[in-house]
Amino acid sequence: MGATKWGFKKSLWVFHLNAGACNNCDIEVLDCLCPRFDVERFGIKLVGSVKHADVLLVSGIVTRKVVPQLLEAYEQAPRPVAVVALGACALTGGIFKDGYNFAGPVDKHIPVDAYIPGCPPRPEAIIDGIVKLIGKL
Amino acid sequence: MSTLIPIGPFHPVLEEPEYISLYVDGETVEDADIDLGRIHRGMELLAQEKTYDQDCFLVERICGICSASHSWAACRAMEDIAGIGPTDRARYLRTIVHELERLHSHMLWVGLGGHILGYWTVFMWGWKYREPVLDSLEAITGNRNHYAWYRPGGVRRDVADEVWPVVLKRMDEFAAQTEMLLHAILDDPVILGRLKGVGLLTKEDAIRYGTLGPTARGSGFDIDVRRDEPYGAYSEVDWDVIVRPEGDCLAVAAVRLLEMLESVKIIKQCIERLPGGPIANEVREIPRGEGVGHVEAPRGECFHFIRSNGTNMPERHKMRAPTFNNIPSYRPRVKGESISDAVLIFAIIDPCYSCTERMAVLGPDGRRALGSKDLIALSHAKTEELRKGS
Repeated sequence: MGATKWGFKKSLWVFHLNAGACNNCDIEVLDCLCPRFDVERFGIKLVGSVKHADVLLVSGIVTRKVVPQLLEAYEQAPRPVAVVALGACALTGGIFKDGYNFAGPVDKHIPVDAYIPGCPPRPEAIIDGIVKLIGKL
Repeated sequence: MSTLIPIGPFHPVLEEPEYISLYVDGETVEDADIDLGRIHRGMELLAQEKTYDQDCFLVERICGICSASHSWAACRAMEDIAGIGPTDRARYLRTIVHELERLHSHMLWVGLGGHILGYWTVFMWGWKYREPVLDSLEAITGNRNHYAWYRPGGVRRDVADEVWPVVLKRMDEFAAQTEMLLHAILDDPVILGRLKGVGLLTKEDAIRYGTLGPTARGSGFDIDVRRDEPYGAYSEVDWDVIVRPEGDCLAVAAVRLLEMLESVKIIKQCIERLPGGPIANEVREIPRGEGVGHVEAPRGECFHFIRSNGTNMPERHKMRAPTFNNIPSYRPRVKGESISDAVLIFAIIDPCYSCTERMAVLGPDGRRALGSKDLIALSHAKTEELRKGS
Protein backbone atom coordinates (compact mmCIF):
# COMPACT_ATOMS: atom_id res chain seq x y z
CA MET A 1 0.00 0.00 0.00
CA GLY A 2 1.43 3.31 -1.11
CA ALA A 3 1.34 6.44 1.00
CA THR A 4 -1.36 7.95 -1.22
CA LYS A 5 -3.72 5.04 -0.79
CA TRP A 6 -3.05 4.86 2.93
CA GLY A 7 -3.82 8.55 3.25
CA PHE A 8 -6.98 8.43 1.14
CA LYS A 9 -8.41 5.26 2.64
CA LYS A 10 -9.97 6.92 5.66
CA SER A 11 -10.32 10.54 4.57
CA LEU A 12 -11.45 11.29 1.05
CA TRP A 13 -12.46 14.93 0.79
CA VAL A 14 -14.69 15.76 -2.12
CA PHE A 15 -15.26 19.06 -3.91
CA HIS A 16 -18.46 19.01 -5.92
CA LEU A 17 -18.67 21.11 -9.08
CA ASN A 18 -21.97 21.48 -10.91
CA ALA A 19 -21.06 22.13 -14.53
CA GLY A 20 -24.59 22.37 -15.91
CA ALA A 21 -26.59 19.62 -14.24
CA CYS A 22 -30.33 19.57 -13.59
CA ASN A 23 -29.75 19.53 -9.82
CA ASN A 24 -30.64 15.90 -9.38
CA CYS A 25 -27.12 14.44 -9.31
CA ASP A 26 -26.20 17.16 -6.80
CA ILE A 27 -29.12 16.23 -4.58
CA GLU A 28 -28.18 12.56 -4.70
CA VAL A 29 -24.62 13.54 -3.69
CA LEU A 30 -26.02 15.38 -0.66
CA ASP A 31 -28.30 12.39 -0.06
CA CYS A 32 -25.16 10.27 0.43
CA LEU A 33 -24.30 12.49 3.42
CA CYS A 34 -27.65 12.17 5.15
CA PRO A 35 -28.40 9.54 7.79
CA ARG A 36 -29.57 6.67 5.58
CA PHE A 37 -26.36 6.41 3.54
CA ASP A 38 -24.00 8.42 5.76
CA VAL A 39 -20.70 8.33 3.85
CA GLU A 40 -19.06 10.44 6.54
CA ARG A 41 -18.53 7.22 8.49
CA PHE A 42 -15.96 6.35 5.79
CA GLY A 43 -14.28 9.74 6.17
CA ILE A 44 -15.79 11.05 2.95
CA LYS A 45 -17.03 14.62 3.24
CA LEU A 46 -17.84 17.57 1.05
CA VAL A 47 -15.51 20.56 1.35
CA GLY A 48 -16.08 24.16 0.37
CA SER A 49 -12.91 24.78 -1.64
CA VAL A 50 -11.19 22.70 -4.30
CA LYS A 51 -7.88 23.54 -2.61
CA HIS A 52 -8.83 21.23 0.26
CA ALA A 53 -10.07 18.40 -1.91
CA ASP A 54 -8.75 14.98 -2.93
CA VAL A 55 -11.59 14.32 -5.37
CA LEU A 56 -13.14 16.66 -7.92
CA LEU A 57 -16.70 15.46 -8.51
CA VAL A 58 -18.15 16.92 -11.71
CA SER A 59 -21.81 16.62 -12.68
CA GLY A 60 -23.61 18.14 -15.65
CA ILE A 61 -23.06 18.63 -19.36
CA VAL A 62 -20.23 21.24 -19.05
CA THR A 63 -21.77 24.33 -20.65
CA ARG A 64 -19.68 26.77 -22.65
CA LYS A 65 -19.74 29.31 -19.84
CA VAL A 66 -18.42 26.83 -17.26
CA VAL A 67 -15.42 25.50 -19.26
CA PRO A 68 -12.83 28.08 -18.08
CA GLN A 69 -13.98 27.71 -14.48
CA LEU A 70 -13.79 23.92 -14.68
CA LEU A 71 -10.21 24.12 -15.99
CA GLU A 72 -9.32 26.63 -13.28
CA ALA A 73 -10.74 24.39 -10.55
CA TYR A 74 -8.78 21.45 -11.93
CA GLU A 75 -5.55 23.47 -11.96
CA GLN A 76 -6.11 24.73 -8.41
CA ALA A 77 -6.67 21.26 -6.96
CA PRO A 78 -3.66 19.92 -5.04
CA ARG A 79 -2.07 16.82 -6.62
CA PRO A 80 -2.80 13.97 -6.63
CA VAL A 81 -6.43 14.68 -7.50
CA ALA A 82 -8.97 12.13 -8.70
CA VAL A 83 -11.70 13.34 -11.06
CA VAL A 84 -15.11 11.64 -10.98
CA ALA A 85 -17.71 12.24 -13.69
CA LEU A 86 -21.20 11.81 -12.24
CA GLY A 87 -24.37 11.08 -14.18
CA ALA A 88 -25.29 10.55 -17.82
CA CYS A 89 -24.74 14.23 -18.70
CA ALA A 90 -21.15 14.29 -17.46
CA LEU A 91 -20.36 11.00 -19.20
CA THR A 92 -21.76 11.67 -22.65
CA GLY A 93 -24.05 14.71 -22.65
CA GLY A 94 -27.08 12.43 -22.54
CA ILE A 95 -30.26 13.98 -23.86
CA PHE A 96 -28.50 17.36 -24.20
CA LYS A 97 -25.69 16.29 -26.53
CA ASP A 98 -27.22 18.15 -29.50
CA GLY A 99 -27.68 21.40 -27.56
CA TYR A 100 -25.89 24.56 -28.70
CA ASN A 101 -24.48 25.25 -25.24
CA PHE A 102 -22.99 21.76 -24.81
CA ALA A 103 -19.17 21.92 -24.65
CA GLY A 104 -18.52 18.63 -22.88
CA PRO A 105 -18.42 15.87 -21.93
CA VAL A 106 -16.11 16.19 -18.94
CA ASP A 107 -13.33 13.96 -20.31
CA LYS A 108 -12.94 16.24 -23.31
CA HIS A 109 -11.49 18.89 -20.97
CA ILE A 110 -9.87 17.10 -18.02
CA PRO A 111 -8.74 13.48 -17.47
CA VAL A 112 -11.39 11.45 -15.62
CA ASP A 113 -10.58 8.59 -13.19
CA ALA A 114 -14.05 7.20 -12.52
CA TYR A 115 -17.36 7.32 -14.38
CA ILE A 116 -20.63 6.87 -12.48
CA PRO A 117 -23.54 6.42 -14.93
CA GLY A 118 -27.24 6.93 -14.21
CA CYS A 119 -29.86 9.64 -14.50
CA PRO A 120 -29.47 10.35 -11.67
CA PRO A 121 -27.14 7.69 -10.18
CA ARG A 122 -28.61 6.19 -7.03
CA PRO A 123 -26.71 6.97 -3.81
CA GLU A 124 -25.67 3.31 -3.69
CA ALA A 125 -24.14 3.68 -7.15
CA ILE A 126 -22.25 6.81 -6.09
CA ILE A 127 -20.84 5.03 -3.01
CA ASP A 128 -19.89 2.03 -5.16
CA GLY A 129 -18.09 4.32 -7.61
CA ILE A 130 -16.11 6.02 -4.85
CA VAL A 131 -15.16 2.66 -3.32
CA LYS A 132 -13.86 1.46 -6.69
CA LEU A 133 -11.98 4.73 -7.06
CA ILE A 134 -10.19 4.17 -3.73
CA GLY A 135 -9.17 0.70 -4.95
CA LYS A 136 -7.75 2.23 -8.11
CA LEU A 137 -5.70 5.01 -6.47
CA MET B 1 -18.36 54.03 -0.07
CA SER B 2 -19.60 50.57 -0.92
CA THR B 3 -17.50 47.43 -1.15
CA LEU B 4 -18.23 44.55 -3.47
CA ILE B 5 -18.45 41.08 -1.97
CA PRO B 6 -18.60 38.23 -4.49
CA ILE B 7 -20.46 35.01 -3.63
CA GLY B 8 -19.92 32.10 -5.99
CA PRO B 9 -19.95 30.89 -8.66
CA PHE B 10 -19.05 27.61 -6.93
CA HIS B 11 -19.91 28.39 -3.35
CA PRO B 12 -20.20 25.66 -0.72
CA VAL B 13 -23.69 26.59 0.47
CA LEU B 14 -25.16 26.92 -3.02
CA GLU B 15 -25.72 23.69 -4.88
CA GLU B 16 -25.71 25.24 -8.30
CA PRO B 17 -23.31 27.74 -9.85
CA GLU B 18 -24.42 31.35 -9.77
CA TYR B 19 -22.61 34.55 -8.98
CA ILE B 20 -24.06 37.06 -6.53
CA SER B 21 -22.42 40.47 -6.12
CA LEU B 22 -23.27 42.15 -2.85
CA TYR B 23 -22.53 45.86 -2.51
CA VAL B 24 -22.02 46.48 1.19
CA ASP B 25 -21.31 49.43 3.43
CA GLY B 26 -19.80 48.02 6.61
CA GLU B 27 -22.09 45.15 7.51
CA THR B 28 -25.15 46.45 5.68
CA VAL B 29 -26.09 45.31 2.19
CA GLU B 30 -26.85 48.28 -0.03
CA ASP B 31 -27.53 46.54 -3.32
CA ALA B 32 -27.22 43.19 -5.02
CA ASP B 33 -26.74 41.83 -8.50
CA ILE B 34 -27.02 38.27 -9.79
CA ASP B 35 -25.20 36.73 -12.73
CA LEU B 36 -26.74 33.51 -14.01
CA GLY B 37 -26.33 31.41 -17.12
CA ARG B 38 -23.88 28.68 -16.18
CA ILE B 39 -26.48 25.91 -16.45
CA HIS B 40 -28.19 27.11 -19.59
CA ARG B 41 -28.64 24.03 -21.77
CA GLY B 42 -30.73 25.35 -24.65
CA MET B 43 -33.81 23.48 -23.51
CA GLU B 44 -36.37 25.27 -25.71
CA LEU B 45 -34.48 24.67 -28.95
CA LEU B 46 -33.83 21.04 -28.00
CA ALA B 47 -37.56 20.58 -27.35
CA GLN B 48 -38.31 21.83 -30.85
CA GLU B 49 -35.95 19.23 -32.34
CA LYS B 50 -37.50 16.26 -30.56
CA THR B 51 -40.84 14.51 -30.93
CA TYR B 52 -43.68 15.04 -28.46
CA ASP B 53 -43.01 11.68 -26.81
CA GLN B 54 -39.32 12.50 -26.37
CA ASP B 55 -40.22 15.97 -25.06
CA CYS B 56 -41.93 14.42 -22.04
CA PHE B 57 -38.53 13.00 -21.04
CA LEU B 58 -36.62 16.14 -21.97
CA VAL B 59 -38.73 18.57 -19.93
CA GLU B 60 -38.37 16.35 -16.85
CA ARG B 61 -34.67 17.12 -16.99
CA ILE B 62 -35.19 20.88 -16.80
CA CYS B 63 -34.98 20.51 -13.06
CA GLY B 64 -34.27 17.53 -10.88
CA ILE B 65 -36.78 18.53 -8.23
CA CYS B 66 -39.78 19.68 -10.30
CA SER B 67 -39.62 16.90 -12.88
CA ALA B 68 -43.27 15.93 -12.37
CA SER B 69 -44.43 19.56 -12.60
CA HIS B 70 -42.66 20.30 -15.87
CA SER B 71 -43.79 17.11 -17.58
CA TRP B 72 -47.36 17.59 -16.35
CA ALA B 73 -47.43 21.18 -17.62
CA ALA B 74 -46.06 20.09 -21.02
CA CYS B 75 -48.59 17.24 -21.21
CA ARG B 76 -51.41 19.66 -20.38
CA ALA B 77 -50.27 21.92 -23.22
CA MET B 78 -50.23 18.96 -25.64
CA GLU B 79 -53.65 17.80 -24.41
CA ASP B 80 -54.91 21.36 -24.86
CA ILE B 81 -53.97 21.24 -28.56
CA ALA B 82 -55.24 17.71 -29.14
CA GLY B 83 -58.48 18.30 -27.21
CA ILE B 84 -58.12 14.99 -25.34
CA GLY B 85 -58.01 15.05 -21.54
CA PRO B 86 -56.64 12.42 -19.16
CA THR B 87 -58.78 9.55 -17.84
CA ASP B 88 -60.18 9.70 -14.29
CA ARG B 89 -57.65 7.23 -12.93
CA ALA B 90 -54.80 9.13 -14.60
CA ARG B 91 -55.96 12.41 -13.03
CA TYR B 92 -55.73 10.90 -9.55
CA LEU B 93 -52.45 9.09 -10.19
CA ARG B 94 -50.91 12.31 -11.56
CA THR B 95 -52.07 14.27 -8.52
CA ILE B 96 -50.56 11.73 -6.11
CA VAL B 97 -47.11 11.86 -7.76
CA HIS B 98 -47.27 15.66 -8.02
CA GLU B 99 -47.98 16.05 -4.31
CA LEU B 100 -45.31 13.51 -3.34
CA GLU B 101 -42.90 15.66 -5.32
CA ARG B 102 -44.02 18.73 -3.37
CA LEU B 103 -43.36 16.86 -0.11
CA HIS B 104 -39.81 15.93 -1.06
CA SER B 105 -39.07 19.37 -2.48
CA HIS B 106 -40.25 21.23 0.61
CA MET B 107 -38.48 18.81 2.94
CA LEU B 108 -35.30 19.28 0.92
CA TRP B 109 -35.66 23.03 1.33
CA VAL B 110 -36.15 22.71 5.10
CA GLY B 111 -32.92 20.72 5.26
CA LEU B 112 -30.99 23.20 3.14
CA GLY B 113 -32.38 26.08 5.21
CA GLY B 114 -30.99 24.39 8.31
CA HIS B 115 -27.67 23.87 6.53
CA ILE B 116 -27.45 27.57 5.64
CA LEU B 117 -28.30 28.59 9.21
CA GLY B 118 -25.50 26.31 10.41
CA TYR B 119 -28.10 24.08 12.05
CA TRP B 120 -26.96 20.64 10.92
CA THR B 121 -29.49 18.78 13.04
CA VAL B 122 -32.32 20.24 10.94
CA PHE B 123 -30.46 19.29 7.75
CA MET B 124 -29.96 15.70 8.87
CA TRP B 125 -33.54 15.34 10.16
CA GLY B 126 -35.12 16.89 7.10
CA TRP B 127 -33.20 14.69 4.70
CA LYS B 128 -33.83 11.61 6.81
CA TYR B 129 -37.60 12.19 6.70
CA ARG B 130 -37.39 12.82 2.97
CA GLU B 131 -36.15 9.32 2.19
CA PRO B 132 -39.50 7.49 2.76
CA VAL B 133 -41.11 9.93 0.30
CA LEU B 134 -38.52 9.00 -2.32
CA ASP B 135 -39.17 5.33 -1.54
CA SER B 136 -42.90 5.90 -2.14
CA LEU B 137 -42.13 7.58 -5.46
CA GLU B 138 -39.93 4.65 -6.40
CA ALA B 139 -42.67 2.16 -5.48
CA ILE B 140 -45.25 4.05 -7.57
CA THR B 141 -43.27 5.22 -10.60
CA GLY B 142 -40.12 3.07 -10.63
CA ASN B 143 -37.55 5.81 -10.00
CA ARG B 144 -36.55 8.07 -7.15
CA ASN B 145 -36.42 11.16 -9.38
CA HIS B 146 -37.13 11.69 -13.08
CA TYR B 147 -40.20 9.50 -13.04
CA ALA B 148 -40.96 9.19 -16.80
CA TRP B 149 -44.53 8.94 -15.60
CA TYR B 150 -46.55 11.57 -17.48
CA ARG B 151 -47.58 11.24 -21.12
CA PRO B 152 -50.19 13.09 -23.17
CA GLY B 153 -53.57 11.58 -22.26
CA GLY B 154 -52.58 9.96 -18.98
CA VAL B 155 -49.71 8.14 -17.32
CA ARG B 156 -47.30 5.53 -18.61
CA ARG B 157 -47.65 2.69 -16.12
CA ASP B 158 -50.37 1.34 -13.86
CA VAL B 159 -49.76 0.83 -10.15
CA ALA B 160 -50.38 -2.43 -8.30
CA ASP B 161 -52.94 -2.22 -5.49
CA GLU B 162 -50.45 -3.60 -2.95
CA VAL B 163 -48.44 -0.38 -3.14
CA TRP B 164 -51.09 1.91 -1.64
CA PRO B 165 -51.27 0.58 1.97
CA VAL B 166 -47.48 1.01 2.21
CA VAL B 167 -47.67 4.57 0.88
CA LEU B 168 -50.56 5.41 3.25
CA LYS B 169 -48.57 4.12 6.23
CA ARG B 170 -45.53 6.15 5.19
CA MET B 171 -47.71 9.26 4.82
CA ASP B 172 -49.02 8.86 8.38
CA GLU B 173 -45.46 8.57 9.68
CA PHE B 174 -44.37 11.51 7.54
CA ALA B 175 -47.19 13.72 8.87
CA ALA B 176 -46.18 12.94 12.47
CA GLN B 177 -42.53 13.70 11.72
CA THR B 178 -43.37 16.94 9.93
CA GLU B 179 -45.55 18.02 12.85
CA MET B 180 -42.63 17.38 15.21
CA LEU B 181 -40.20 19.24 12.94
CA LEU B 182 -42.69 22.10 12.57
CA HIS B 183 -42.84 22.68 16.30
CA ALA B 184 -39.11 22.11 16.75
CA ILE B 185 -38.37 24.79 14.14
CA LEU B 186 -41.06 27.35 14.89
CA ASP B 187 -40.53 27.20 18.68
CA ASP B 188 -36.73 27.31 18.57
CA PRO B 189 -35.48 30.69 19.86
CA VAL B 190 -32.28 30.54 17.77
CA ILE B 191 -34.11 29.88 14.50
CA LEU B 192 -36.76 32.49 15.37
CA GLY B 193 -33.98 35.01 15.98
CA ARG B 194 -32.46 34.29 12.58
CA LEU B 195 -35.74 34.27 10.61
CA LYS B 196 -38.23 36.62 12.25
CA GLY B 197 -38.38 40.06 10.67
CA VAL B 198 -35.50 39.24 8.32
CA GLY B 199 -35.81 39.80 4.56
CA LEU B 200 -39.16 41.57 4.47
CA LEU B 201 -41.13 41.52 1.22
CA THR B 202 -44.32 43.57 1.37
CA LYS B 203 -47.48 42.42 -0.39
CA GLU B 204 -47.19 45.33 -2.84
CA ASP B 205 -43.65 44.30 -3.78
CA ALA B 206 -44.69 40.65 -4.05
CA ILE B 207 -47.33 41.61 -6.61
CA ARG B 208 -45.11 44.17 -8.37
CA TYR B 209 -42.26 41.69 -8.86
CA GLY B 210 -44.71 38.98 -9.96
CA THR B 211 -43.66 36.45 -7.32
CA LEU B 212 -45.28 33.03 -7.28
CA GLY B 213 -45.87 30.08 -5.01
CA PRO B 214 -44.80 30.03 -1.35
CA THR B 215 -42.75 33.21 -1.85
CA ALA B 216 -45.94 35.10 -2.76
CA ARG B 217 -48.12 33.30 -0.21
CA GLY B 218 -45.63 34.14 2.57
CA SER B 219 -46.23 37.83 1.79
CA GLY B 220 -50.02 37.58 1.90
CA PHE B 221 -50.43 37.36 -1.90
CA ASP B 222 -53.04 34.61 -2.16
CA ILE B 223 -52.26 32.81 -5.43
CA ASP B 224 -52.34 29.09 -6.17
CA VAL B 225 -53.06 27.45 -9.54
CA ARG B 226 -54.40 24.33 -7.85
CA ARG B 227 -57.32 26.34 -6.43
CA ASP B 228 -57.62 29.19 -8.95
CA GLU B 229 -57.76 26.99 -12.05
CA PRO B 230 -58.23 23.44 -10.78
CA TYR B 231 -56.63 20.62 -12.72
CA GLY B 232 -56.02 16.97 -11.87
CA ALA B 233 -58.06 15.96 -8.85
CA TYR B 234 -57.61 19.13 -6.82
CA SER B 235 -61.21 20.31 -7.09
CA GLU B 236 -62.48 16.95 -5.78
CA VAL B 237 -60.44 16.75 -2.57
CA ASP B 238 -60.52 18.82 0.59
CA TRP B 239 -57.48 21.01 1.29
CA ASP B 240 -56.51 24.60 2.11
CA VAL B 241 -54.17 27.18 0.62
CA ILE B 242 -51.72 28.35 3.28
CA VAL B 243 -51.22 32.12 3.32
CA ARG B 244 -49.19 34.15 5.82
CA PRO B 245 -49.33 37.96 5.80
CA GLU B 246 -45.99 38.79 7.51
CA GLY B 247 -43.66 38.61 4.47
CA ASP B 248 -40.47 37.76 6.38
CA CYS B 249 -38.33 34.61 6.11
CA LEU B 250 -40.21 32.97 8.98
CA ALA B 251 -43.54 33.36 7.16
CA VAL B 252 -42.22 31.68 4.02
CA ALA B 253 -40.71 28.85 6.05
CA ALA B 254 -44.04 28.40 7.88
CA VAL B 255 -45.95 28.34 4.58
CA ARG B 256 -43.72 25.55 3.29
CA LEU B 257 -43.92 23.50 6.48
CA LEU B 258 -47.71 23.80 6.73
CA GLU B 259 -48.13 23.08 3.02
CA MET B 260 -46.52 19.69 3.55
CA LEU B 261 -49.33 18.72 5.92
CA GLU B 262 -51.89 19.81 3.29
CA SER B 263 -50.10 17.70 0.68
CA VAL B 264 -50.29 14.66 2.94
CA LYS B 265 -54.04 15.32 3.24
CA ILE B 266 -54.42 15.47 -0.56
CA ILE B 267 -52.41 12.27 -1.12
CA LYS B 268 -54.40 10.30 1.44
CA GLN B 269 -57.75 11.41 -0.01
CA CYS B 270 -56.60 10.65 -3.56
CA ILE B 271 -55.48 7.14 -2.61
CA GLU B 272 -58.78 6.45 -0.83
CA ARG B 273 -60.89 7.64 -3.78
CA LEU B 274 -58.65 6.30 -6.58
CA PRO B 275 -61.00 5.27 -9.43
CA GLY B 276 -60.44 2.21 -11.61
CA GLY B 277 -60.37 2.08 -15.39
CA PRO B 278 -57.76 2.78 -18.06
CA ILE B 279 -54.68 4.82 -17.21
CA ALA B 280 -54.47 6.78 -20.46
CA ASN B 281 -56.46 8.03 -23.43
CA GLU B 282 -54.66 7.38 -26.69
CA VAL B 283 -53.42 10.61 -28.28
CA ARG B 284 -52.74 9.61 -31.88
CA GLU B 285 -51.59 12.95 -33.25
CA ILE B 286 -51.18 16.56 -32.22
CA PRO B 287 -53.05 18.72 -34.77
CA ARG B 288 -52.03 22.21 -35.85
CA GLY B 289 -52.68 24.73 -33.10
CA GLU B 290 -51.52 26.35 -29.88
CA GLY B 291 -51.87 25.15 -26.32
CA VAL B 292 -50.90 26.22 -22.82
CA GLY B 293 -50.45 24.16 -19.71
CA HIS B 294 -49.72 25.36 -16.20
CA VAL B 295 -49.44 23.62 -12.87
CA GLU B 296 -48.49 24.67 -9.36
CA ALA B 297 -44.93 23.40 -8.96
CA PRO B 298 -43.43 23.32 -5.45
CA ARG B 299 -41.97 26.82 -6.05
CA GLY B 300 -44.95 28.37 -7.84
CA GLU B 301 -46.68 28.36 -11.18
CA CYS B 302 -44.88 26.46 -13.92
CA PHE B 303 -46.00 27.44 -17.41
CA HIS B 304 -45.58 25.73 -20.79
CA PHE B 305 -46.71 26.95 -24.19
CA ILE B 306 -46.58 24.75 -27.30
CA ARG B 307 -47.33 25.67 -30.90
CA SER B 308 -47.83 22.75 -33.24
CA ASN B 309 -47.65 22.77 -37.04
CA GLY B 310 -49.22 19.35 -37.40
CA THR B 311 -45.93 17.40 -37.51
CA ASN B 312 -44.66 15.19 -34.70
CA MET B 313 -42.39 17.94 -33.32
CA PRO B 314 -43.46 21.22 -31.71
CA GLU B 315 -42.80 24.36 -33.72
CA ARG B 316 -42.34 26.41 -30.54
CA HIS B 317 -42.03 25.23 -26.96
CA LYS B 318 -41.86 28.01 -24.39
CA MET B 319 -41.17 27.14 -20.77
CA ARG B 320 -41.26 29.39 -17.73
CA ALA B 321 -40.36 28.10 -14.31
CA PRO B 322 -41.37 29.88 -11.08
CA THR B 323 -37.84 30.79 -9.97
CA PHE B 324 -37.57 33.10 -12.98
CA ASN B 325 -40.22 35.31 -11.38
CA ASN B 326 -39.04 34.87 -7.82
CA ILE B 327 -35.34 35.75 -8.21
CA PRO B 328 -35.81 39.53 -8.79
CA SER B 329 -37.61 39.79 -5.44
CA TYR B 330 -34.20 39.20 -3.83
CA ARG B 331 -33.26 42.85 -4.29
CA PRO B 332 -36.02 44.47 -2.19
CA ARG B 333 -35.62 41.70 0.38
CA VAL B 334 -31.88 42.03 0.93
CA LYS B 335 -31.49 45.85 0.96
CA GLY B 336 -30.60 47.07 4.43
CA GLU B 337 -29.99 43.59 5.86
CA SER B 338 -26.70 42.34 7.28
CA ILE B 339 -24.24 40.28 5.18
CA SER B 340 -24.63 37.26 7.41
CA ASP B 341 -28.31 37.00 6.40
CA ALA B 342 -27.73 37.58 2.69
CA VAL B 343 -27.36 33.93 1.69
CA LEU B 344 -30.28 32.88 3.87
CA ILE B 345 -32.51 35.52 2.24
CA PHE B 346 -31.41 34.25 -1.15
CA ALA B 347 -32.32 30.70 -0.21
CA ILE B 348 -35.75 31.64 1.11
CA ILE B 349 -37.25 31.66 -2.41
CA ASP B 350 -35.90 28.10 -2.84
CA PRO B 351 -34.05 29.09 -5.99
CA CYS B 352 -33.64 26.57 -8.77
CA TYR B 353 -31.31 27.95 -11.43
CA SER B 354 -31.44 25.03 -13.84
CA CYS B 355 -35.10 25.96 -14.44
CA THR B 356 -34.35 29.61 -14.81
CA GLU B 357 -31.28 30.00 -16.96
CA ARG B 358 -31.68 32.17 -20.03
CA MET B 359 -29.29 32.98 -22.82
CA ALA B 360 -27.12 36.11 -23.04
CA VAL B 361 -25.19 36.90 -26.19
CA LEU B 362 -21.58 37.92 -25.55
CA GLY B 363 -19.43 40.10 -27.78
CA PRO B 364 -15.83 39.24 -28.70
CA ASP B 365 -14.52 40.97 -25.54
CA GLY B 366 -16.63 38.67 -23.34
CA ARG B 367 -19.05 41.39 -22.29
CA ARG B 368 -22.79 41.27 -22.77
CA ALA B 369 -23.53 42.41 -26.31
CA LEU B 370 -27.34 42.46 -26.20
CA GLY B 371 -29.36 44.15 -23.46
CA SER B 372 -33.05 43.66 -22.79
CA LYS B 373 -34.02 46.41 -25.29
CA ASP B 374 -31.96 44.84 -28.08
CA LEU B 375 -33.51 41.44 -27.41
CA ILE B 376 -37.05 42.87 -27.48
CA ALA B 377 -36.23 44.60 -30.81
CA LEU B 378 -34.87 41.29 -32.19
CA SER B 379 -38.00 39.50 -31.03
CA HIS B 380 -40.24 42.08 -32.73
CA ALA B 381 -38.28 41.73 -35.97
CA LYS B 382 -38.58 37.93 -35.85
CA THR B 383 -42.34 38.10 -35.21
CA GLU B 384 -42.74 40.48 -38.14
CA GLU B 385 -40.76 38.08 -40.34
CA LEU B 386 -42.93 35.12 -39.30
CA ARG B 387 -46.10 37.11 -39.96
CA LYS B 388 -44.96 37.95 -43.47
CA GLY B 389 -44.05 34.32 -44.11
CA SER B 390 -47.44 32.90 -43.10
